[in-house]
Amino acid sequence: MARLLDVKEYKVYYQTLKGQIRAVDGVNFFVNADEVFGVAGESGCGKSTLGNSLIYLKAPMRYAGGNVILDGMEISRLPDEIMKKMRFEKISIIPQFAMDAMSPTKKIKNIVVDLVREHDKKMSEKDIIDLAIKRFKMVGLSENVMNMYSIELSGGMKQRVVMVISTLLNPRLLIADEITSALDVSSQKFSVEMLDEFKEKKFVSSVIFITHDISVLYQIADRIMIMYAGHVVEIGNTEDIVSKPLHPYTKLLISSLPKMGVQFSQNRLTGIPGYPPNLLNPPTGCRFYDRCPLRIDPQKCKNEIPPLVEYMPGRYIACWAYTKGNDKNG
Amino acid sequence: MDELVKVQNLTKIFKSGLVGGYFTTAVDDVSFDIHRSEIISLVGESGSGKTTVGRLILRLLKLSTGKIIYEGVDISTLKGRKLRDYYKYVQGVFQDPFASFNPIFKVDRVFDLLFDSYLKDKTDKKHELIVESLEKVGLNSLDILGKYPHQMSGGQLQRILIARTLLLDTKLLIADELISMLDASTRVDVLNLLGDLRDKEKMSVLFITHDLSLGYYISDTTMIMYRGNIVEFGKTKLVFDNPLHPYTRMLLSAVPEIGRKWKKSELEMKRGEIPAGGCPYFDRCPLAMDVCRKKPNLKELEKDHKVACYAAEVMTGDSIQIGKGHNN
Repeated sequence: MARLLDVKEYKVYYQTLKGQIRAVDGVNFFVNADEVFGVAGESGCGKSTLGNSLIYLKAPMRYAGGNVILDGMEISRLPDEIMKKMRFEKISIIPQFAMDAMSPTKKIKNIVVDLVREHDKKMSEKDIIDLAIKRFKMVGLSENVMNMYSIELSGGMKQRVVMVISTLLNPRLLIADEITSALDVSSQKFSVEMLDEFKEKKFVSSVIFITHDISVLYQIADRIMIMYAGHVVEIGNTEDIVSKPLHPYTKLLISSLPKMGVQFSQNRLTGIPGYPPNLLNPPTGCRFYDRCPLRIDPQKCKNEIPPLVEYMPGRYIACWAYTKGNDKNG
Repeated sequence: MDELVKVQNLTKIFKSGLVGGYFTTAVDDVSFDIHRSEIISLVGESGSGKTTVGRLILRLLKLSTGKIIYEGVDISTLKGRKLRDYYKYVQGVFQDPFASFNPIFKVDRVFDLLFDSYLKDKTDKKHELIVESLEKVGLNSLDILGKYPHQMSGGQLQRILIARTLLLDTKLLIADELISMLDASTRVDVLNLLGDLRDKEKMSVLFITHDLSLGYYISDTTMIMYRGNIVEFGKTKLVFDNPLHPYTRMLLSAVPEIGRKWKKSELEMKRGEIPAGGCPYFDRCPLAMDVCRKKPNLKELEKDHKVACYAAEVMTGDSIQIGKGHNN
């Protein structure tokens, strides 16, 4: 399968008065054409920083190394004017809380037109509006929405408007950051099905779906990447990650999720003791060391960062417990 | 189990607009009991009125009609000293832990305020009591006291707030989306804490949530609310394993679950008119019939399982007959 996005040793730090926060610290992954790539992790793991940085490196976010190759083109250090052209057309994002970020004093119509005009000066206002209405209808919104203000819409409707706007120019890669988190379950399902349909109709080729909710990823993602404290810990096919997690963190994370049919009185689940490390001054070795029940080689785990290796075909793990198998294969 | 709180025909109507205005019925004639040492989850989507119910019991809002009876006393009209005493027994913890603390004070302040107003007679043992209550929620006081809220995780802050209720003689905790902002790896521990408080401290919890799997995990009893009405109510296992109301069924089918992929559905987002005095789910219901223009009451269709739906009444009636047929 062709790769749409290839990210190598990519680092994004936050510059603060106290020093650098290493929010994304040397991540490696790729996204195939025509796939939904799920990114999961807990708050502070760097998943949103990663998503946002691919679109716009806004201070205090700072590029600190590595490569991002989109469709054969290195985009990590492009001048702002060139990157501006790429955004929205080649790579687009539905930011977290986007549905609450729409101007309350502008009609939806004006928001749409202004945004598209910013990127495509040739398109006439009528064309833009016609296209938007067509897409709105596809997701069950009436064309009256164009003349409404965002505060007149319900949460589920706002999310649909935002999704239509972000994909209006058919970007190759769409980054969807926590788009289901603030929604009711029925609207969650709707948003995910909508994204699926957009992919089928080729409005977008690939989606990076960022969420803390692995059970939502299970519904939509082809592959899942798990992040912890700025590092990638595991990548694999959705089914494998969910049913046969290998990294100790992934294992604990998945076993801590209450599933339907599991009750406290019969089957007490446990969380993961401890807290993620401070990324201002991260530990030298594996970042999960403090909370890890495995610590296969304590000395090594504490002092050396485990590299992300392809442990089995298509299955990548960063843990010293899984490097031996790789040696044999290699 | 005996009742701690009896909620009877609770209704809350909000008035909006300055002149004339319009009315929104957020809670519509809701009745239920909370027993001692029971965790009861109140599940619903946004706008269902679940938070309003919690706030009414906490007296943060004034009810329009109905009664809330705590230990035999109607608390809806309590004032002054008596209301203050009520808060010794009924406490709330809310969704955003960072909003519950004043960021410029150390976390100790939530305990200080408590001792200043409620526990004046115990100030000499203050420190020991705080340490003890923190231990009960699984925190080491050395990690907590003297620190500022921003130095804590959300899970720690929620536990501190729960520890605070333990210093009082709290019999009922209203937990409104208590863990929805916490990470997966810490949220289950806070849930377990609620279970332990029920079992060891005999506390009752009204667990308000939009997350069905969390409700299933922790609660004894489940209430499903839709547009201000309780549509299904019963023992948690019965409600989840044998959902009878079409709304509950729709909710359960939309819950994202590991190991079960969503069925592709007709995108069920239509909203229409609800006939005045009709079933609140009328416009979205696939089973809507003519009789649904009159609102159904909650009826016990099997032991410990009540449903407000005519179609469910017919279905359960049928299923019993089919069952009989098999036996013959």
